[in-house]
Amino acid sequence: MTSRETSVALGFEYYIAPLPSRWRRSLRLARQNPVGTLSLVVVLGLLLSAVFAGQLAPYSPTAVATGLRLEGPSGEHLLGTDQLGRDVLSRMLYGARVSLRVSFLSVGIGTLAGAVIGMISGYFGGWLDLIVQRVMDIVMSIPAFLFALVIVAALGTSSTNVLIAIAVVLIPGTSRVMRAVVLQVRSRAYVEAASASGASGMRVIARHIVPNAIDEMLILASVALGAAIIIEAALSFLGLGAQPPEASWGKMLAEGRGVYEKGPHMVWIPSIVISVTVLAVNMLGDSVRDILDPKVRGGSETRF
Amino acid sequence: MAQYIVRRLLLMVPVLVGVSLLVFALARVLPGDVFVAQSVNSGLSPEAREQLREEAGLNRPLPVQYLEWAGNAVRLDFGESLYNKQSVNKSLKRAFPITLELALLASLIGIAIAIPLGVISAAWQGSPFDYLSRFFGVLGLSVPNFVIGTLTISYLALWFHWTPPGGKTSVFEEPWLNIQQFVFPSLILGASFSASIMRMTRSTVLGVLREDYIRTARAKGLYPRPILIGHVLRNALLPVLTLAGTQVGFLLGGSVIIENIFSLTGIGAITFDAINNRDYIVIQAVATLAAFVFAGLNLLIDLSYAWLDPRIRLA
Repeated sequence: MTSRETSVALGFEYYIAPLPSRWRRSLRLARQNPVGTLSLVVVLGLLLSAVFAGQLAPYSPTAVATGLRLEGPSGEHLLGTDQLGRDVLSRMLYGARVSLRVSFLSVGIGTLAGAVIGMISGYFGGWLDLIVQRVMDIVMSIPAFLFALVIVAALGTSSTNVLIAIAVVLIPGTSRVMRAVVLQVRSRAYVEAASASGASGMRVIARHIVPNAIDEMLILASVALGAAIIIEAALSFLGLGAQPPEASWGKMLAEGRGVYEKGPHMVWIPSIVISVTVLAVNMLGDSVRDILDPKVRGGSETRF
Repeated sequence: MAQYIVRRLLLMVPVLVGVSLLVFALARVLPGDVFVAQSVNSGLSPEAREQLREEAGLNRPLPVQYLEWAGNAVRLDFGESLYNKQSVNKSLKRAFPITLELALLASLIGIAIAIPLGVISAAWQGSPFDYLSRFFGVLGLSVPNFVIGTLTISYLALWFHWTPPGGKTSVFEEPWLNIQQFVFPSLILGASFSASIMRMTRSTVLGVLREDYIRTARAKGLYPRPILIGHVLRNALLPVLTLAGTQVGFLLGGSVIIENIFSLTGIGAITFDAINNRDYIVIQAVATLAAFVFAGLNLLIDLSYAWLDPRIRLA
């Protein structure tokens, strides 16, 4: 007997709405959250223009035209030219490649590594946990940006080393959160029951711990992404990131400092692009948190 | 209480040893050393470079080098720079007041903006004011301080032909020059500092507003405003204080960039130069000191926590 037939037999009838399809649910989510949707569109647009920089860029990012130094935006050069006569739009597009590759990969690698370390530390406990957590204490007690500076100085200045530095800086925080989730989930009755009935450690991790931790990790990663873009730009701004002739947003802003009188566009174009990118990423992170973390919903009863 | 402080101070020792070991190890991974960096400019021969390394004691076994450095550091002697042979203590002492002034001003400005905005925004949740200040918060998190700094310094020069006066001034001797040097850097650093504090304040106040005792207070007939100040603020500001302490690292990181843009010669500038010159004696000193300040400040915050909230017993 289906539930509908049961309900008829019992003398009342109810209608079970079919669960909306995944696509419909996403659409509804998008309607409820226009800011998140807009920022998702901006981030996707930036990602696409970084991937297709080679096809979109009107000029080569390194082609020097000495006759056209520091020209303002015009039909020929949409965003003008820089102090060596290179096309700013093309350089910004190639810069997006550096900026987004470094920030997305570093957040991905850092979150994953932190999650694995936190999982091992929390699941196996004992002296391993103690040592790992003390090492994390040490890393966390050096200010993140200073530590990233030292790592880049130690490994040498390149965008790949900036990537490594940001990933390393993200590990302690992520591993802390992961460890807390593991400890919390492990003490739940159903997980103890699974262990008691012979489930292996790997099975408990895969079936019970990972699904519980994924939301937390996504929230952390979405918040870290904005910070990663800023650190990358800041290190390139200081000349410790991408090296010439590779274009990067932070470096272009630093170059603009010297020529703001003749070419103010050299200052404000990278400024706007960096800020809008981080803004979109942060708003997206906020939306991700609102959707995944029900704790922040709901309001107060008292009106002030 | 005294026992608690002593234990916390003792716990700082392994962390500081760990930090200095870590930075020592990282610095030794450096592809070149200070003399390679120098020889690019001055054309040192490889033999002369080797000679200098020998003299500076860099050819000795690493444990010996570390222990010697640590032994002196315990006595607060950080050795001399490999780059220009100046005493690290002296240059730190010269630079410290600048960064301290910058950090103090920035955190004062940041807190003065953040707490009122956060509290009002939470109390009027959903109002235009709330949206506006939340937008300010996201904007402050998103526009990096070096972007605001570059725009400020460029347009001040372009429109007003004004550049911040260089050189080291003291607020006690030349207050007017000092203000001119620090007004923009501390405003910029403070504004970006305030963004994260504002968001924290807003969310902790929202959390407290949902507590039962707030409803009870309202039910007793207390007016909303006394509740906001007497009940909500008191309870919400404690976590904000702790979180603000963890943001000190942010100020230190920010000072590297802001000092670079506004040509201030503080700790940030020293760090930046040391990293460019591969001067690892200086890098070690700065990183260890930063960790010390960080740990000490968090201890102070934990102590003030117990002082502000009598329910908390430190043990």
